[in-house]
Amino acid sequence: MRRPGLLLVLVALCGATAAPAAAAQPEVNINEIESEVMCPVCGTLLELAESPQAQREKAFIARLIGEGKTKAEIKDALVAQYGNSVLALPQSSGFDLSAYVVPIIGFVVAALALGFGVYRWRRSSGPPDDRPPAARGPTESEQERLDADLGRYDL
Amino acid sequence: MRSSIVVVAVVAAVGLLVYGLASKGGSQIAVGDPAPQTMVDKLEGGGEESLADYRGRWVMVNFWASWCVPCREEAKTLNELQRQRGGPKFTVLGVDSNDLSPDAKAFVKRYGATYPQLRDGNGDLAHDFGTTGVPESYLFDPQGRLKMPWRGPIDERILREQFLPLIPQKGNS
Repeated sequence: MRRPGLLLVLVALCGATAAPAAAAQPEVNINEIESEVMCPVCGTLLELAESPQAQREKAFIARLIGEGKTKAEIKDALVAQYGNSVLALPQSSGFDLSAYVVPIIGFVVAALALGFGVYRWRRSSGPPDDRPPAARGPTESEQERLDADLGRYDL
Repeated sequence: MRSSIVVVAVVAAVGLLVYGLASKGGSQIAVGDPAPQTMVDKLEGGGEESLADYRGRWVMVNFWASWCVPCREEAKTLNELQRQRGGPKFTVLGVDSNDLSPDAKAFVKRYGATYPQLRDGNGDLAHDFGTTGVPESYLFDPQGRLKMPWRGPIDERILREQFLPLIPQKGNS
């Protein structure tokens, strides 16, 4: 009579420890995946496609979700079937990384160019300087000529 | 100096635009063109092949997919063609394109296709051919030059009138 009770306690304990582990697994949402992959034949997002090929692809994703695959594993399986072009978003590694990096570089370069342009424009169109131009003393030859000229007059 | 930078920037932008447009869609191969040499996986058994591996034989390359309804009927016609003419001088070569391999293998099994099959899952080979969809077929001579393209399904009448006069008989030398 005591054994069934012990068994129940063990089952309850197992359930209590398994529940957090199950909760840690993110739930895979088929709609989310369909919005992130392409229908290669249609050339549109899978969520917008209704062609026979798209239906097969959707069924393939649903099957993988049923098998307990993660989102990343499902995307990997799709790439293995259709190649990288099945991904709606470029990958964050390899050559595809340039899709993210180039716009940032372009933005920084454009901002720098704009800043430089504004700086030059402000310098060229700034308020007029009221101060008289700095006096420049005579050069050595000019000084010699001046002395010679002054020497001819009895001042 | 400044004007040359602007010219270089404009040329680079136009070059990128032209490259993008040119690489967007493959141009369709025409009669007399050499067969594309893209390596693709075999559908079953592992390994890769290209059309160069079929040089010396007449080859009818048939692009198909398991989700393509007209391909089902066509598979029966091509199977019969392979049975009648297939051998050292001629073969049908199926290319499963933009498809899932489990579905493709099930299709081959279901329709009993006896000719070799390649798998073009990402559509690279189809792109090199410039296909517009499935099914499409291309007959190459033993030198690997395109003799006859056919866009759409091949039925018995098309096969008899368009292709059979070109394809050697099994026993002909």
